[in-house]
Amino acid sequence: MAKAIGEVIIDIEKCKGCDLCVDACPTETLALSGKINHKGYHYAIRIEGDCNGCAACAIICPEAIITVYRKIVKSEKVVA
Amino acid sequence: MNQNTTADIQEHTVDESICSSENLVYTKPQTLTDDPMHYCPGCGHGTAHKILMEVVDELGLQSQTIGIAPVGCSVFAYHYLNVDMQEAAHGRACAVATGVKRMMPDKYVFTYQGDGDLAAIGTAETIHAANRGENFLVVFINNGIYGMTSGQMAPTTLPGMFSTTSPYGRDVETMGYPLKIADLLALLPGVAYVTRQAVHTPANVRKAKKAMKNAFEYQKKKLGLCLVEIVTNCPSNWKMEPLESNQFVNDKMIPFYQLGDIKKPEVK
Repeated sequence: MAKAIGEVIIDIEKCKGCDLCVDACPTETLALSGKINHKGYHYAIRIEGDCNGCAACAIICPEAIITVYRKIVKSEKVVA
Repeated sequence: MNQNTTADIQEHTVDESICSSENLVYTKPQTLTDDPMHYCPGCGHGTAHKILMEVVDELGLQSQTIGIAPVGCSVFAYHYLNVDMQEAAHGRACAVATGVKRMMPDKYVFTYQGDGDLAAIGTAETIHAANRGENFLVVFINNGIYGMTSGQMAPTTLPGMFSTTSPYGRDVETMGYPLKIADLLALLPGVAYVTRQAVHTPANVRKAKKAMKNAFEYQKKKLGLCLVEIVTNCPSNWKMEPLESNQFVNDKMIPFYQLGDIKKPEVK
């Protein structure tokens, strides 16, 4: 079965920490960082997890700072 | 501020091999400038700007689109939308757009207005532009409050909703009822397309984008005025966190301002 691997790049200096992407993420691979950016906001970061590149975070982001990549990886068939 | 913020989160390291142009799923539209927006965290204006520019990008209309900026929170829309823009006096965006469209009928013209601009001070301009059947798109951002002037009651404020000028909640006995401007305009024969959308969830953002794309296509066919109303939030003046305000949109705003197409042209 093919598996989608996603990668999310966030421009943290423009992030305002509104938390909408974290809420929208179905795979729970985003979180707000404990650190702050130059504006003083807790910016969104990608955390370890199975991101599938659905781009829900990028679509909901009001600042348009999220770029999403998705690669389809075909795994070998397992013969039982 | 948030329960999710902890200092010891395991941050993911980016796999550079995936980040190539053939794997790109989503990026900022080219017609949106790189300036950081001045909107409050979680404000729907940014999302509305973004989908509008995605449509312009996808249709390849950057050099043929003229936008009219309003007065209100989105007064600086021309800093972010990288198309030709013209600022209008408060509420007069539809009047300015009429002039622009009549002088340059082949260009795609849109106005971007809030509820204080379109539904309060600019009601006359909006209704008469609609009645004349002008061929442009009106993007109407409805958040039920005057955002820029710190949260006074707008004509679209819900009954019982708090604002600085209705501190005990909007009382319909003395303050009147909310104005559903989209339903009002749908009655006019000069109006081709009226739809109400929201941008509080990814699914709704996709639908709103589709509505804007339809509006640009109807404008090309010169069918009449198109109005895309976007019901959105105002976290700062509703005194809520962004997620809470989106929940309010879902629970209170949308039951009153029903989403969907109110009027749709018959396209052959």
